Amino acid sequence: MTQFAVDREIDARGSACPGPLMELIRAMKASRKGQVVALLSEDQGSKVDVPQWVEKAGHKLLAVEEDGNVTRFIVQKAR
Amino acid sequence: MNEPANIRMPEQPSTTIEEGSSRQQDRKQRMSIILFSGTVDKLTAASILATGGAAMDMQVNIFLTFWGLLALKKGAWKDPNQQKISGEFAEYAPMVMEAFRKKNVKPWIEMLREAREVGEVNVYACGMTMDLLGLSLEDLEDIVDGVQGVAGFVAEARESDITLFI
Repeated sequence: MTQFAVDREIDARGSACPGPLMELIRAMKASRKGQVVALLSEDQGSKVDVPQWVEKAGHKLLAVEEDGNVTRFIVQKAR
Repeated sequence: MNEPANIRMPEQPSTTIEEGSSRQQDRKQRMSIILFSGTVDKLTAASILATGGAAMDMQVNIFLTFWGLLALKKGAWKDPNQQKISGEFAEYAPMVMEAFRKKNVKPWIEMLREAREVGEVNVYACGMTMDLLGLSLEDLEDIVDGVQGVAGFVAEARESDITLFI
């Protein structure tokens, strides 16, 4: 597994849809171009929502790691 | 009736369509929601959908009418007497409310506020309902942007990519 230097880690476990996505959007807004944000989510919808949003917003999904019912998304701010 | 002045030339409709599609490319996609219901389950569904639209860079227009408008009277969202669930699902109410609490589902009004932070979400109150119930804009939560009539809503909805009645 490739390791990414993560600038900001968000733990949205226990938060229901659309909570984790909203936390990611907020973190991305507060980040600078090139910075990397990691998001932890237990919400099943996130698996679809996060990649869709990242594509729509023009950022880069570096990795998706699954561990049991927790998914960790690593996203780079691209613009 | 012998002057066919009002008959359109064949090329007119296609010109209109071309103009329409080029205009569509310039603007954001739109989602229009008619929020008629005032029960917590449907308010939550509408708020989540508005959040999704805003997150996906759509312009979201919410038209509050009847019970949906009453739900946005100042403070109504936290009034225990207003925390009702749709009648047809009443028997599931305790289960749903418990699930909301357990799964940390945020109050719907908080979700709407967040949706307005991340994207463009306009909330309009139905003028007719306002008149009917003797309400003014000051009686409503501050997330209501203004008053709109049905024709104004239809004008926006006809340009929308998604229209929902909740």
